[in-house]
Amino acid sequence: MTAWDVLLWVAMPYAAFAVFVVGHIWRYRYDKFGWTTRSSQTYENRLLRWGSPMFHLGILMVLAGHVVGLLIPREWLYAIGIDEHIYHLGATALGTAAAVLTLAGLAILIYRRRTVGPVFLATTRMDKLMYVVLGAVLLFGTIATVMYQLLGPGYEYRGTVGPWLRSLIVFQPQPELMVDVPLMFQIHVIAANVLFALWPFTRLVHVWSAPIGYLFRPYIVYRSRDDARRPGSRPARPGWEGIQTPDPKKLTKL
Amino acid sequence: MKVMAQMSMVMNLDKCIGCHTCSVTCKQAWTNRSGVEYVWFNNVETRPGIGYPRRYEDQEKWGGGWVRTKSGRLKLRSGGRLKKLATIFSNPKLPEIHDYYEPWTYEYDMLLNAPAGEHTPVAKPKSLLTGEDMKISWSANWDDNLGGSAETMADDPILQHMSEHVASEYEQTYMFYLPRICEHCLNPSCVASCPSGAMYKRVEDGIVLVDQDQCRGWRMCVSGCPYKKVYFNHKTGKAEKCTLCYPRLEVGLPTVCSETCVGRLRYLGLVLYDADKVAEAASIEDEHALLDAQRSVFLDPHDPAVVQAAREAGIPEDWIDAAQRSPIHKLINEYKVALPLHPEYRTMPMVWYIPPLSPVVDVVASSGNDGEDAKTLFAAIAKLRIPLEYLAGLFTAGDTRPVEASLRKLAAMRSYMRGINLGEGKDERIADAVGMTGDTLEEMYRLLAIAKYEERYVIPAAHTEQARELDELACSLDYDGGPGMGGAGPFGSSSGQQVPVAVENFHALKNRQTADRPSTSGRVNLLNWDGNGAPDGLFPPKSGEE
Repeated sequence: MTAWDVLLWVAMPYAAFAVFVVGHIWRYRYDKFGWTTRSSQTYENRLLRWGSPMFHLGILMVLAGHVVGLLIPREWLYAIGIDEHIYHLGATALGTAAAVLTLAGLAILIYRRRTVGPVFLATTRMDKLMYVVLGAVLLFGTIATVMYQLLGPGYEYRGTVGPWLRSLIVFQPQPELMVDVPLMFQIHVIAANVLFALWPFTRLVHVWSAPIGYLFRPYIVYRSRDDARRPGSRPARPGWEGIQTPDPKKLTKL
Repeated sequence: MKVMAQMSMVMNLDKCIGCHTCSVTCKQAWTNRSGVEYVWFNNVETRPGIGYPRRYEDQEKWGGGWVRTKSGRLKLRSGGRLKKLATIFSNPKLPEIHDYYEPWTYEYDMLLNAPAGEHTPVAKPKSLLTGEDMKISWSANWDDNLGGSAETMADDPILQHMSEHVASEYEQTYMFYLPRICEHCLNPSCVASCPSGAMYKRVEDGIVLVDQDQCRGWRMCVSGCPYKKVYFNHKTGKAEKCTLCYPRLEVGLPTVCSETCVGRLRYLGLVLYDADKVAEAASIEDEHALLDAQRSVFLDPHDPAVVQAAREAGIPEDWIDAAQRSPIHKLINEYKVALPLHPEYRTMPMVWYIPPLSPVVDVVASSGNDGEDAKTLFAAIAKLRIPLEYLAGLFTAGDTRPVEASLRKLAAMRSYMRGINLGEGKDERIADAVGMTGDTLEEMYRLLAIAKYEERYVIPAAHTEQARELDELACSLDYDGGPGMGGAGPFGSSSGQQVPVAVENFHALKNRQTADRPSTSGRVNLLNWDGNGAPDGLFPPKSGEE
């Protein structure tokens, strides 16, 4: 194990995670107005109608797959009767389907972004960077799956990448687990780290706005005009407290 | 009973000349920004016509508003919560920008900087979406004054719903203007459609607003609103809509569209309503009964029980007083001449319209008859099915009776007042024929025809609690000749006791803002003079004048 390994498999994920968390807090506090999907559906709907649902549903499947494959130890799955063979079949079939859906959707969306004039003009530099990184993560992940799982003998990442990720989560990093992982998986992980570090500064923040609360709130929302202005409705920021009369009783206390 | 106050508007379509001043001033005030070039919070449509955005009234296509389920409950036409979340990645009902129009500008620079040449330079239209040359083929009022409507008018969703024998005659008939803003509904389907909960109805005055910090750009409000009065800012990625100029209303000023309306056809005022009854009224089965159901939600502000309940609900005294003087309440519930726009959307809209009588009068007059004679007008209203059915399609879900009643009242007012003007006396039979009294007709005439500024706009300012505190503070200084009396001290306007600065400012500003009145009797304090006019006491008295 070299310093490089520590840098790549310990320092980098933690740094990316720190930027991810602090970046989101910063963005939420200082740029709520910019926190949006920045939808371009009003410009063009014919391509988006297919591309967007394909990409989003695909990426949600990908997310679910990663949770099952990386966060859940394989021993737990064995315990409920999902052995190595069943898992491998399921993961490869569903994973490939999700990858096809996601990549096809992304391809449609990127084609649309480049060819539809108003959409392209509404694309920021940050968007372009984000597309490159996101595309790289998806692409290398797919290459790894196709190379090792679909065409190759099958690589058991649940013995290496999964435990490594969990070791990071419990702050007992085991970078040695990643050293012998095939190159394509390594590149996929590194690209994902870059994406996480970039995340709070892109339109990807809209992921955290998934409107689950809509299912549980009443349809019509009422708010008072004065809620925001009524004194005491919001804690005063340090140094901006209102003038208060000192409590004279305190004078008589020791 | 849960009493709530709603700021609402009535427009008297008889007086609209289609000048678009309201649209232009509104646009200059609110939507002259990048991203909302195509947005008109206020637009004026020529009807019959297909409107802005194109055919927005076709809810089969756009899915706005509510529908009643078989079990008698209300459901969003484009689907409930789960359906909304399932289609969140691509809203199937969202209008594209071309359904509004492609915004453009002209290459004005070319007029000044074109090199000298044989031909006069022209300012070509340039798309504001792509910056490229474009051919202008549609806009927010492309069919203004029925221009080109031979081609488009057949697409008017209202005409399509009318019976064929009537619709085939529309070409030789009539037209009128329909100014539209956000309806600030009692049961807003845009608010119900917002997945983020960023849209809300203000408790105090019922204005429907978008919280720009909470909006996440899911666009469900745009498709949820049946009037298509929530717009998507394509630069910021957030929804925007008419705010009923709340910053102006809060200080007691009318909205920009009302203030600048040259026809003086807009009325602003409060309505008190029972919030507990809204859902029930909106889900009544018979669409024709929706009008009366909505009227029954409104409360009589003169009823002591209502006043008591309003006080308990925390509505300030001056707001109750404003509700009692409200022109809206008079036009909707007392005279019953105002009608809501598309009650069948079940959103309980709060911008109502007095249907236009003028097209009928024009037809009568052009046929050589007396256009102001009550009997002739009554007969014409009943006989001219085309205007009646069309107006009913707009205002009463197709029921012609309320429209006819409203038009008859307007006709009665005309002939009754003509009788007075010609010295023929007050003909009570005219009033009787429409179930009103002569006095009420005269009151209505005063409100609709004279339309004084103070009677058209009865707007209580916000922050009344603060204002009252200031007044009370001032009262303690109301000793004879004291500052509270608005008089000067013994040695001139700034002399006398020290006055708390807030009180002094309050009176100075109040005096200054009501223009030509001197802030101190006798002499004007130049420090408080606002530079307007020459109030008495600005100059020392001329010699010999005393």
